[in-house]
Amino acid sequence: MSEYIIKNGHVFDPTQGIKGDKADIAIKDGKIIKDSEVSSKAKVIDAKGKTVMAGAIEIHAHIAGPKVNLGRIYRPEDKLFTYQSTTANTRMAGGFSIPTTFKTGYEYAKMGYTTAMEAAMPPLFSRHVHEEMRDTPIIDEGAYPVFGNNWFVMEYLKNKEIENTAAYCAWLLRATKGFAIKLVNPGGTEAWGWGLNCLSVDDPVPYFDITPAEIIKGLIEANEYLGLPHSIHIHPNNLGNPGNYTTTLDTLKLSAGYKAKNKFGREQVMHLTHTQFHSYGGDTWANFESKAKEIMDFVNKAKNVTIDTGNVTLDETTTMTADGPFEHHLTELNHLKWANVDVELETAAGIVPYIYSPSISVCGIQWAIGLELALMAKDPMRCFITTDHPNAGPFTRYPRVIKWLMSNKARQDQIKAFKNSDKVVSATNIAGMDRELSLYDIAQMTRAGPAKSLGIPSMFGGLKPGMDADVVVYDFNPDKPSAPDQIEAAFSRAAHVFKSGIEVVTNGEVVNNGHKRTLWVNAKTKENPQVMRDVQEKFIKYYSVTQANYEALGHHIVPNPYAIEVDATQ
Amino acid sequence: METVTITMKNPPALYLEADNICPDKFAGKTALQIADLHVFEGNTTSTIGKYFDVSGNAGASAADTKIVVKGDVKKVKYIGMKMSAGEIGVEGSTDLYAGAWMTGGKLTVKGNVEAFAATGMKGGELVIEGNAGNYLGAAYRGDWRGMSGGKILVKGNAGSDVGMYMLGGEITINGNVDVHVMTHAEGGKVIIKGNAKSKLGGQLVDGTIIVYGTIDVMMPGYKPIGTVELEVDGAKSKFAHFIGDTGERKKKRKGQIVYGNLYKKV
Repeated sequence: MSEYIIKNGHVFDPTQGIKGDKADIAIKDGKIIKDSEVSSKAKVIDAKGKTVMAGAIEIHAHIAGPKVNLGRIYRPEDKLFTYQSTTANTRMAGGFSIPTTFKTGYEYAKMGYTTAMEAAMPPLFSRHVHEEMRDTPIIDEGAYPVFGNNWFVMEYLKNKEIENTAAYCAWLLRATKGFAIKLVNPGGTEAWGWGLNCLSVDDPVPYFDITPAEIIKGLIEANEYLGLPHSIHIHPNNLGNPGNYTTTLDTLKLSAGYKAKNKFGREQVMHLTHTQFHSYGGDTWANFESKAKEIMDFVNKAKNVTIDTGNVTLDETTTMTADGPFEHHLTELNHLKWANVDVELETAAGIVPYIYSPSISVCGIQWAIGLELALMAKDPMRCFITTDHPNAGPFTRYPRVIKWLMSNKARQDQIKAFKNSDKVVSATNIAGMDRELSLYDIAQMTRAGPAKSLGIPSMFGGLKPGMDADVVVYDFNPDKPSAPDQIEAAFSRAAHVFKSGIEVVTNGEVVNNGHKRTLWVNAKTKENPQVMRDVQEKFIKYYSVTQANYEALGHHIVPNPYAIEVDATQ
Repeated sequence: METVTITMKNPPALYLEADNICPDKFAGKTALQIADLHVFEGNTTSTIGKYFDVSGNAGASAADTKIVVKGDVKKVKYIGMKMSAGEIGVEGSTDLYAGAWMTGGKLTVKGNVEAFAATGMKGGELVIEGNAGNYLGAAYRGDWRGMSGGKILVKGNAGSDVGMYMLGGEITINGNVDVHVMTHAEGGKVIIKGNAKSKLGGQLVDGTIIVYGTIDVMMPGYKPIGTVELEVDGAKSKFAHFIGDTGERKKKRKGQIVYGNLYKKV
């Protein structure tokens, strides 16, 4: 494999505490090596006056699987006028909020993202998720199977059987080639099957006689029993409703007293996702307001919690979630088309298009809340930038979100552009916040932080010798004053992107499709005949497929797997 | 106003996608430059000049440009797509998406147009002297934003699904229409001088349908509320007035429920 040396760039690497100092980064055989060890044959990349970071990591996006694809199928208008024709290195690709798999890979890579996590894999359709990830070029990907409304989990946890829950989770991660334990509206999505919902952590789940709080605590315990790389990854109850911040605080408080147990350097026991959608005050849309401060006051103190933002980007997008009841609620609000699916024994999903219009004050307040969360974060290693793609906006808007976070002027300009800017200002704190995040903060929030939270800091998120050579050079000079739009332009199209030591993007264009891997977690547990018998019984009695047709096995489905081994037999 | 005349000399074997036949695209260009604009024939990218003789230079802006399209353009799609100003006169018939998403100017077709003419139209004027195909002034596939402004006149008949998801503007059809008129509409007006078949205003939230001729089958969601006199194109007539679609969600204005209106000449 080829050798590279990236010379004289301004390096931002939180794993080594490098804050924009000039340094050389050397790459050999897919890994970062000491710059003294590189040979004279190495290709020199001149990064003088440019910014150098590790490849960015997407911790939460809906980019592969049946829900995403249903969005593509039922929104032909999302593709209108977006198609780009085939080039030497890229296939035909299109779509805006729900791009094709190919466009997903290309767009992430062009922005300097080299790893991405699909945030909600319905276990029954894990094959579909993996087939789409297989067809998403360049970037490494993993997927989180959903557990929060799973019948096995609810039955075991009703009886407080943590060991059985853990054994089942390990089995399902293996069967679906999954990466982490995801919860979506725990209990609430199952309740949706009965026409109900769980809007607080204490609402009982019909039939199962368990509460969301019991599911959440039980899955934290199972996760730490196994010692998985990532913590539980939770989309809490009561998403998107005015006044829901109390439910969010109740959810966050469930982490109290738990300590992370793992060999991956992860410190949190709970990752709370798209927090923007869960930081709402008021009790109607008329007195809707930001409670970002209340949420961040808790998060800043709780060292065993990480969050991501879920920034609203003010675009026309497609909302999609395993939170079935929420999507029904949304279609009743905006009267746009609605798709709804039940996934037997496991989960559900809904899809509704949504327009975050700068003319609507609620949308402006949502925009402000997402930014406030990141600007109030005292530890950027525990607060990560997402748009909950495509729910709050497409991931292709990350450069714009970064611009808003790095430039008060860009934020003030946007506030002025809102039709009801007075209302946005009075319901939020954004207008008075003058913090401007540094490139080092951004490197923590998009690289080192997510890598640590996901338990993969030895591979990704930094530029230490021995780590995977995922390196990005942005045409942005931190020594020179810059207009806000220059930030957006630089982060939109990286000058150079290396994935596992291969140059995949040059001057914002894809030059190589790399060797994409699927990251999954292989947790070995003690033999558990009871759980295996329960699994067999459920397939015989309830599932519409046999167990043999369920597992995401085989080279044609996961052609290039990378297993992270966990030994939970002790 | 400058006039550019393009004359079909070499008809395509496949259908031609020619959204560049538009005053906005021609503006500021010479005949030679216009001939060099791209068109697609199947998966092949080609130029206007390969199929058309181009004479005359365009005006400085779209508003100063008139395009006359001569010859057989029955297999040419997207004429006048997204035009914002100026004029186009098509002397024969044309294919899909004529005047789609147009925002201004005037497009006149002497012959017939195929389906999806004026899809998502926002403004301007479309005159079809022959017949219109299906989905006139409707929304693009999957979209909920049909015609929202401007005027369409069809001197002949129109096909099915006229004004699907229509939001505003006005469509007048001098002849007859096929099934489905203003399905899902939330505004706008469709005037049918001839006869209609069935499913007028199905799932209509708001909007107005005026029918001079017969209606084969009324939708069950429409309720008769009396007779009114209306003035259309300067002529007064008496109409039976129906409100609906009562099976669909309704908006409220000042505490009052707003219904769609269907008028049938008596």
